[in-house]
Amino acid sequence: MRPGDTARFAAQSLIRARGRTLLMLLAMSIGVSAVVILTGLGEGARRFVTGEFASLGTNLVIVMPGRSETTGGAAALMAGETPRDLTVDDYLALTRNPLVSLAAPVMVGAAGAARGRLEREISVVGTTSEFLKIRHLSMDRGKFLPSGDPSRAVNVCVIGEKIKQELFGKEQALGEWLRLGDRRFRVIGVLATGGRSIGVDIQELVVIPVASAQALFNSPGLFRILVEARSREVMPRLQDQIRSTIAERHQGEEDVTVVTQDAVLATFDNILQALTFTVGGIGAISLAVAGILIMNIMLVAVSQRTREIGLLKAVGATRAQVTTLFLSEAVLLALLGGLLGLFFGYLGTTAIHGVYPDMDSQAPLWAVLAAVGVSSLTGLVFGIMPARQAAALEPVEALNG
Amino acid sequence: MITLEGINRIFQVGDQQVHALDDINLTIQPGEYLSLMGPSGSGKSTLLNILGLLDKPTSGRYLLEGREITSLSDDEQATVRGEKIGFVFQFFHLVPRMSAFENVELPLVLAGMAPSVRRERVNVILEQLGLMDRAHHRPDQLSGGQRQRIAIARATIMKPSLLLADEPTGNLDSRSGTDVVEVLEKLNAGGITLVVVTHDGQVGKRAGRRLRMVDGAIVKDERG
Repeated sequence: MRPGDTARFAAQSLIRARGRTLLMLLAMSIGVSAVVILTGLGEGARRFVTGEFASLGTNLVIVMPGRSETTGGAAALMAGETPRDLTVDDYLALTRNPLVSLAAPVMVGAAGAARGRLEREISVVGTTSEFLKIRHLSMDRGKFLPSGDPSRAVNVCVIGEKIKQELFGKEQALGEWLRLGDRRFRVIGVLATGGRSIGVDIQELVVIPVASAQALFNSPGLFRILVEARSREVMPRLQDQIRSTIAERHQGEEDVTVVTQDAVLATFDNILQALTFTVGGIGAISLAVAGILIMNIMLVAVSQRTREIGLLKAVGATRAQVTTLFLSEAVLLALLGGLLGLFFGYLGTTAIHGVYPDMDSQAPLWAVLAAVGVSSLTGLVFGIMPARQAAALEPVEALNG
Repeated sequence: MITLEGINRIFQVGDQQVHALDDINLTIQPGEYLSLMGPSGSGKSTLLNILGLLDKPTSGRYLLEGREITSLSDDEQATVRGEKIGFVFQFFHLVPRMSAFENVELPLVLAGMAPSVRRERVNVILEQLGLMDRAHHRPDQLSGGQRQRIAIARATIMKPSLLLADEPTGNLDSRSGTDVVEVLEKLNAGGITLVVVTHDGQVGKRAGRRLRMVDGAIVKDERG
């Protein structure tokens, strides 16, 4: 038989047995696209979480008051120990360390913000000019906090985009006054949207100089000191030095917790791993469903195909010819189904990306390969197996179905 | 020339053995016109299937043109089926998705013949059978008589020396039945050996040699 005729025969039997072909293509593309979309979603969620941490900077060392590993102040309270406050002076001491490239103190609190008759509760961060760079934020308009002596309280503030919308609407915000608690602050900048950081929506943030925050909240204690190391390699050394510097300043007591970004990531490792397993599980289930669909359609067609094989043999087809014909048909079908599934999967993930731009929902390569592999393999196996069995029958048995 | 020696065919039905063919000995000369008649279950279709290599005898020897067939491999048998034997079925067995033309062409395609040669040969045979205007119809758009003539065209397109017909008129009204028998007889007149299995006495009577089977054995062999 000529190769061209084989291909034509296979294509013809797919085109003219329209119902069965469409069902098969449907099953295969549902299977493949389900895997692509679901694992894409899972993987997107995983990347979102990892991205959140990565955006905090990988050279970041976080200094927190109180001695505990991950639970912060709560453990210290349970231990019956009141941790000494971290102060701006502690922060200044750390900036003198040569291994430090950048450092920023962080105070966090809530205050009522008011402009004219508009008022709302707002998260306030007190920090220094370095904060912008350490947290990888950028400005939409105006300037960030001025650099200079952190112990000087300047009454200026930088606001998030949403705060700007809510309190100023379409009006100019730069240069206007904003009341926080019982103080007035001049707006000198608006933060750009798009940046994100765990737990805090920067769009709903007001940033003021750390000394102003201390006055506003009437407390000297810092919430964190963020320290960026010069390089990854010096981080362990820097951690030790930070501990000893602080201990020196706190009468020999090591009462701070120093964690790195990596340590925080490690804490989340279990969650991420569970997420990966979930993604894999979802993929496996959709594949199994698709495989069974394909199998069913193929098996339903068997008795009809058996008669056809009997006829082919009666007019002189060899067993190899019959197998080749059905193999070509199955390959063609598997190819079409796989491509169609990838196409729909791509459409799906693109649609998800359109709805949630933050989610980079791309199916991992292993899932795509497994999806296409399993669906074409089931298609091939269940397309050829009955054909091989029928081809092995005596023609008269095959003819009688 | 066809020679059957001591052909037996035993089916296993449940735990019972059915002796469908019981020690058949038969010689058919080239160009002969045989009819095989007998009650249902007498083994006439089984005998025809064995002649057409659609089934294997349980024991015995089958010689086609001096060549021992029963010991051939599956693939060799397929080649013999394609080149030397044409088969016409009661239920036509046309491929429903293929047009009349494509159905007739099928054996040529399987034999690997070039498309231009194929078209020529199929057109000639469709012309002879008066089916040119039906060439691109699907089987379900054709009448029973037309379908059977398409099936005959397919069975003879490879110019076989042996044409076997299993109840070729069984599914047709008497007019199309006569039509089909006439086509078969015309082919026989052209030199092809023709064996027809039938229930219809009128059809069976027309053959030059008439066999009657009962319980898997040939009980009557009349000529003239």
